[in-house]
Amino acid sequence: MPKKKLKEHLINREWCKGCGICVHFCPKDVLELDEQDKVVAARPQDCICCMLCELRCPDLAIEVRVEAEQEEASESR
Amino acid sequence: MNDNIKFVQGNEACVEAALYAGLEFYAGYPITPSTEIAEHMAVRLPKLGRRFIQMEDEISSICAIVGASLTGHKAMTATSGPGFSLMQEGLGYAIMAEIPCVIVNVMRGGPSTGLPTSPSQSDVYQARWGVHGDHAIIALTASNHQDVFEMTVHAFNMAETYRTPVILLLDEVIGHMRERLEIPGPEAIPVVDRLRTSVRAGIDYHPYLPREDGRLPMSDFGSEHRYNVTGLAHDMWGFPSSNPGVVHGLLRHLTDKIKNNVGNITRHKEYYLEDARTVLISYGSSARSALHVVEHQRARGERLGLLELQSLWPFPYGLVEEKCAYARNIIVVEMNMGQITRAVKRAVKDPERVVLANRIDGVFITPTDIKNILRLIQGKGV
Amino acid sequence: MAVKDYIRERFFPHMWCPGCGHGIVLNSLLRGVEQLGMSKNEIVMVSGIGCSSRISGYVDFHSLHTLHGRALAFATGVKMSKPELNVIVPMGDGDALAIGGNHFIHAARRNIAMTAIVMNNRIYGMTGGQYSPLSGYGTAATTAPYANIDHDFDVVQLAKAAGASFVARTTTFHARQMTDILKSAIVHDGFSVVEILTQCPTYFGRKNKMGGAAEMMEWFRDNTTPIGSKAKQENPDLIERGIFVQEEKQEYCAEYENVIKRATGGRS
Repeated sequence: MPKKKLKEHLINREWCKGCGICVHFCPKDVLELDEQDKVVAARPQDCICCMLCELRCPDLAIEVRVEAEQEEASESR
Repeated sequence: MNDNIKFVQGNEACVEAALYAGLEFYAGYPITPSTEIAEHMAVRLPKLGRRFIQMEDEISSICAIVGASLTGHKAMTATSGPGFSLMQEGLGYAIMAEIPCVIVNVMRGGPSTGLPTSPSQSDVYQARWGVHGDHAIIALTASNHQDVFEMTVHAFNMAETYRTPVILLLDEVIGHMRERLEIPGPEAIPVVDRLRTSVRAGIDYHPYLPREDGRLPMSDFGSEHRYNVTGLAHDMWGFPSSNPGVVHGLLRHLTDKIKNNVGNITRHKEYYLEDARTVLISYGSSARSALHVVEHQRARGERLGLLELQSLWPFPYGLVEEKCAYARNIIVVEMNMGQITRAVKRAVKDPERVVLANRIDGVFITPTDIKNILRLIQGKGV
Repeated sequence: MAVKDYIRERFFPHMWCPGCGHGIVLNSLLRGVEQLGMSKNEIVMVSGIGCSSRISGYVDFHSLHTLHGRALAFATGVKMSKPELNVIVPMGDGDALAIGGNHFIHAARRNIAMTAIVMNNRIYGMTGGQYSPLSGYGTAATTAPYANIDHDFDVVQLAKAAGASFVARTTTFHARQMTDILKSAIVHDGFSVVEILTQCPTYFGRKNKMGGAAEMMEWFRDNTTPIGSKAKQENPDLIERGIFVQEEKQEYCAEYENVIKRATGGRS
């Protein structure tokens, strides 16, 4: 299976309550809380798309969007 | 032989009427003197492909019928005093969430376990005010099995018409006594079906927005409209709201839909009232003794009449005032310490005319009991 | 995110506290429903009263927010009268097992098909932090200022003994497992119980000095183990996670169809 490649972290700042669960458990230390206590992807290049932040977000405020899979992408070109 | 003529207990008459009215789901818990209703339901419902369940208590019984009603099925439960106490929480929910259902309370002596096998009519006020919070309620009653049948059908009809729980107050004598019942032919008594919304899928449906005629069309759980039902104060979509205007409007609506229809809800019978100088007011099994007294005294030339109430709540103040306008004496006959007497005193001018003829000792009130009161009023002594 | 198709977005952000585990339960449940490809019209969510019970307002299913402890009783009426509906009943621990304890064991005994989710945060949150039947001996709560002397009970053992034909436990830390278990519970044809250990950082966590939401979830990670693991043998205090019971057993509504057949002499 090809590795997932990050497209973006879609963060709903209206819904994020800044609990910090995603930041705490991110295995690659990608996420941070900003000065308004809202989550931001500070180091998106390190993201391995494990999705744990999205799955554990109590506020449904993070979506990890990934690129379409490599093989499919090349075929469609 | 006519299969439609039966010799049955009042409890069984109630069951037959509920089926006639389209009952599809019954949930209940055994309690004297209402148990025969559950027993007959357990026999009759599955024969018709409909459903019966014996729940773990009365609390869950009323909750289950509310759940069943929301899927679009007519539902009822039956109980007696202590069980009715346990149902007050669910009854309040059904009032608040406007869920049609019927609750039969075959009254027995209380408070507490009281007199399980003896007659009483002492739950009249529990029916009115057992639920906490401001609200209106419909409570019907009956004095013979033919009337039990008719009032049971009316209970279902009113539940659907006003989207509200309706209480049927029977008593131990009516529930257990056997007498003749003739099952009316189909359509002899009109049956009100569930009013379902005509709003189509994809269009915003408001479960709590009354139509111009005041009725609120429903949508069955499982169909295309997904909405919320809650016991919290709620808006027209059924979602919780503490907006003062919304809350005020909701409470007024819950009360007014019944209060403004007293005339349509009220059911009564009257005997010899045209020239009556002494008016007896009674309901349920007590009305049988009261009628006996009236007919007996009439035969001796005394101008007695009877107003039999078949709906107790909302109380028909106007009717009682009108029927008692020319009475010298008003005797309320009931098996409690004067629950309807209190309402009658509020209804009539010169309430000192109102006297209570009652029994509270678990013994059925007899014509002699009433006659003794009558003799006292007439200055004849007992 | 497709799970957003299953919520009533206008009520978000939701009313739960920052870090409340109930939001993770909602998140995992929606993923399960989405993965199962269920239609929103076939699901009825019935809840009681408490923080947990507010979940029913956020989902775009038929939703019935009922009385404290009575959700399973209402749900029984819904299911029995329309068995084709899929009934999901999320409850809090006090809701399900204190005031609703009797309804819980009897619904399990009947094996009526519905999914009972016990969102166990070991506290009454809505009323401000009183001890629940699952708080446990020695814990602190506003009504146990000198430490709780009430023992808790084991929801899994209780559900098993009462006759539930599907019994499982997981935690908010184990979000993927939660989704998988909820999917199995929803498709199970019988009474399913899923206990989910969920954090209340506001009351249970604060009163019992367990840190914030993340630290409480670490506690779930460190104090639970898969059923029958070697770790459990070495440390019996670990709480087991996974599916404890998953058995074929005649479902109640199906059984009632047999009653109808017997009553009608086979003509139904």
